[in-house]
Amino acid sequence: MKYVDEYRDPVLAKKVLGEIRELATRPWVLMEVCGGQTHGLLRSGIVQELEGVVELIHGPGCPVCVTPVEAIDFAQDLALRPEVILTSFGDMLRVPGSRESLLAVRARGGNVRTVYSPLDAVELARQNPSRQVVFFAVGFETTAPATALAILQADQLQLQNFSLLVSHVRVQPAMESILQAADCRVQAFLAAGHVCSVSGFNSYGQLTARYRVPIVVTGFEPVDLLLGIKECVEQLESGIVSVRNQYPRNVRDAGNADALRIMSEVYEVADRAWRGLGVIASGGLALRSKWHRFDAERRFQPTRNPLPVVSSECLSGDVLAGRIKPTGCPSFGTRCTPESPLGAPMVSSEGACAAYFRHRRHEVPLIASTVVTEAGGA
Amino acid sequence: MCLAVPGKIVRWIDRDPTFARAEVEFGGVRRVCHMACVPDAPEGDYVLVHAGVAITRIDATEAQRVLDDLATLDGVVDLDEELQA
Repeated sequence: MKYVDEYRDPVLAKKVLGEIRELATRPWVLMEVCGGQTHGLLRSGIVQELEGVVELIHGPGCPVCVTPVEAIDFAQDLALRPEVILTSFGDMLRVPGSRESLLAVRARGGNVRTVYSPLDAVELARQNPSRQVVFFAVGFETTAPATALAILQADQLQLQNFSLLVSHVRVQPAMESILQAADCRVQAFLAAGHVCSVSGFNSYGQLTARYRVPIVVTGFEPVDLLLGIKECVEQLESGIVSVRNQYPRNVRDAGNADALRIMSEVYEVADRAWRGLGVIASGGLALRSKWHRFDAERRFQPTRNPLPVVSSECLSGDVLAGRIKPTGCPSFGTRCTPESPLGAPMVSSEGACAAYFRHRRHEVPLIASTVVTEAGGA
Repeated sequence: MCLAVPGKIVRWIDRDPTFARAEVEFGGVRRVCHMACVPDAPEGDYVLVHAGVAITRIDATEAQRVLDDLATLDGVVDLDEELQA
């Protein structure tokens, strides 16, 4: 596939890998923010190849992992109402709420449907005027334009039976909260490429100035990831810190003005609770008051209080904050597996625990023999 | 979650600002995508599609420049090796 295969070239990847090894005079600690990049780094063997040269710690960039339990419980309640069709991305269905997952709710009769796009949910509402269609809107800035567009379409179609359960999160406040932690080990960030496709990276300058960390926007293929790592190491070695874009084919400084306009027409910045990390100031998006008639939380009232959630055996909060590696959790791969997860990062296809379980437990292919079937991630 | 796939715009279907749609080809498979965030992208150009919505245009020049830069580096290394030999 054009714009994918070129950046998987094993010869180029090995070349950049060699350059990183030559550049690094001591082990540096980098965090990739995005869960899709976590999987890319493990799948291609980069994490393993750079052992002792660059340590990659994995950030909270898995939107379904950080979606609060209360929101998942509420979605489950909605799915069990006879008049509701609850829709979301497939990833969201297996994440446990306080009692069970949306998949389990569907198995016992809840009306839960997976859609590829929030705009498919708008179409579903149009075709089912007697039902209430709710889209469970999770995701970072990459996804928010799509759900904002769903509101604009529903408005123009004058749909009375479409609403959003909004749990959108913003990446930069989460990066800042990681940098503020007393035990922060992050020396440089690989910024999430597709988030930056939408929002740009100009505002990251505040973080580099305040915390003296290099921030390098990068993509998801092995060559993209390696070029991002190389740029971080160059900056760390030279002591000159800046924001750089190593993903210029898909990212412009100021992002995508049309996408940002659509987003800001529908959403405003709000404080938001992140599962495992707590409330992050300005860490999410909420519907502007103009669109409150499309807010599922206003249209339907929550009917129960959540139970205590995460098993004490699960250290997902530490994993999401990058304090420990998934393999540092005593439950990893024993009492906690993708089939029987204790926490969200083991469930989601982008969670760091699932990435380690999938790619670390087996003989990991070197970059040369890597065959990858997906492009991108959070 | 932020999975996004590059595709080539084959044919514009609707130019309405909110309902803009085009047929986009992904490695031989065609799909209708929403184009409200890339209203000026011409047919034949590539866009990056996430959750059914094109979120950015792909800059072909920049894409090639990164690869050319790497190729240049290759040349430099080869030259060094030759000099050493």
